[in-house]
Amino acid sequence: MTELTDLGVAAIRDGVRSGAFSARDVADAFVIAVSKAKALNAFIVETPDHAVAAAKRADAARAAGEVLAPLAGVPIGMKDLFCTQGVQTTAASHILEGFVPTYESTVSGKLWDAGAGMLGKLNLDQFAMGSSNETSFFGNVISPWKRNDGGNAALAPGGSSGGSSAAIAARLCPAATGTDTGGSIRQPAAFTGISGIKPTYGRCSRWGVVAFASSLDQPGPMARDVRDCAIMLEAMAGFDPKDATSLELAVPQWEAGLSPSMAGKRVGIPKEYRVDGMPAEIEALWSQGIEWMRDAGAEIVEVSLPHTRYALPAYYIIAPAEASSNLARYDGVRYGQRELPDGANLQDMYAATRAAGFGPEVKRRILIGTYVLSAGYYDAYYTQAQKVRTLIAQDFEKAWETCDVLLTPTAPSAAFALGEVADPLAMYLNDVFTVPSSLAGLPAMSVPGGLDAAGLPLGLQIIGRPLDEQGVLNAGLAIEQRAGFAARPEVWW
Amino acid sequence: MSVEPATVQRIASLARIAITPEEAARLAPDLSNILGWIEQLGEVDCAGVEPMTAVIPNRLRLRDDVVTDGDVRDLVLANAPQAEHGFFAVPKVIE
Repeated sequence: MTELTDLGVAAIRDGVRSGAFSARDVADAFVIAVSKAKALNAFIVETPDHAVAAAKRADAARAAGEVLAPLAGVPIGMKDLFCTQGVQTTAASHILEGFVPTYESTVSGKLWDAGAGMLGKLNLDQFAMGSSNETSFFGNVISPWKRNDGGNAALAPGGSSGGSSAAIAARLCPAATGTDTGGSIRQPAAFTGISGIKPTYGRCSRWGVVAFASSLDQPGPMARDVRDCAIMLEAMAGFDPKDATSLELAVPQWEAGLSPSMAGKRVGIPKEYRVDGMPAEIEALWSQGIEWMRDAGAEIVEVSLPHTRYALPAYYIIAPAEASSNLARYDGVRYGQRELPDGANLQDMYAATRAAGFGPEVKRRILIGTYVLSAGYYDAYYTQAQKVRTLIAQDFEKAWETCDVLLTPTAPSAAFALGEVADPLAMYLNDVFTVPSSLAGLPAMSVPGGLDAAGLPLGLQIIGRPLDEQGVLNAGLAIEQRAGFAARPEVWW
Repeated sequence: MSVEPATVQRIASLARIAITPEEAARLAPDLSNILGWIEQLGEVDCAGVEPMTAVIPNRLRLRDDVVTDGDVRDLVLANAPQAEHGFFAVPKVIE
């Protein structure tokens, strides 16, 4: 018999409904898997009681003959950026260590309402700032994957949702929440051989999600396949009056709408995504992806997104600018840590608290943001970046005149070893393929396409029109069915 | 773009982050490097381009100006590093 921890969201949901196994058995199996995997450092806090309580409710509902909720019996991981009532929420920072929200984020609340239980709070890059999970106050997350070169290098699970990606790839949970500001769902999904979708900006409420860059942040699901992402997204999405940027739209039935046929669809290949120095294996996978799209019935068209090369520098103005503003709230007064040197006044307390509470990468980004927003530089940097953002969005609008979705690689490399990328600027370049669609607010997904020569997963990215998550999921499904990606990390933890 | 340690100190004080002279010296080349790289945005001709204010068209919703929760003082104060008599407590502000 298949291990329960090998099952995905749909299989668990269906099995619990049919009575093939109990929700309690599923929860227990994952709780044990989580407890055995400390070496991955994927969880900051484990919450077995939460998962077991949800499972008991599911089993009781079934025994009573009730209609089960969409995620009844499915235990999941929650990125520790989502506020969870009564459970410590830290954003992987020291400054929020010990913070126990008295309220529930809208997205996590929706998931509990849908019957899901929580296995724990997942590690991440501090305040979601990073592409490798090396900036967490609670230590690096280690990818469950190893290179096949006989070496034993600890690899990055991607970032910032690296606890989520590592936990799913290691079968510690069937699905997890992520958040994506510049690629933080898609790049870790690619690095660990799983799927993840960032929906259209505004689809999922940001209320109760610790803010990084508010005009970019967007929650989304990560799971082992496209169908599971669709199921999760349906439970997470929806209008929220508490979030002023939430879209007032009904949630489509994405799972029911899944179709792997691309007949009549045009797939755009942006020529500017052929960057210098891209590994031949990424090029080869991209070409393979194009063939898969053709095989699924799509017409392939070349498109141009001329401002692509300016997306990253624009992002690294806009995101830190918004972060410097958002993170001003961590001052030691209302929540979190406080540093109060002897004889300190209020200003000293702010400065000491923030010095002790933020990690180096967070400080670096706050300083950049403060700099680009400061008098004399605001127009040259911030306003210019917002204008470039308009041009990038217009590039995509123009592309939609000739195609329905775009196909690109997700990241310019496979997972690198922890500590291998030391220069902050080199690290930022990891987001080169994911940032443009983030700036334009578009739905985008990564699905695993294959392995590189070192045996590490590589992802393909699909970008869609605003609100066309269905088109993105369907193209993802077409690739998934053709790629037949079945590789998984060997258990060493 | 070359950022001097003194500039880093000034920005850090604007950001309310205490930093040591050693940290300022270490951060200066980092920030120079990053700011030098983002300066390439200046190449883009943005004449007549409106800065983006909303990434997805959305209607600005207004709600009635009424209290929607209230009576949750203890919840609001629950995570305060220091709370006294139902208030957040901070060091003396006025001498």
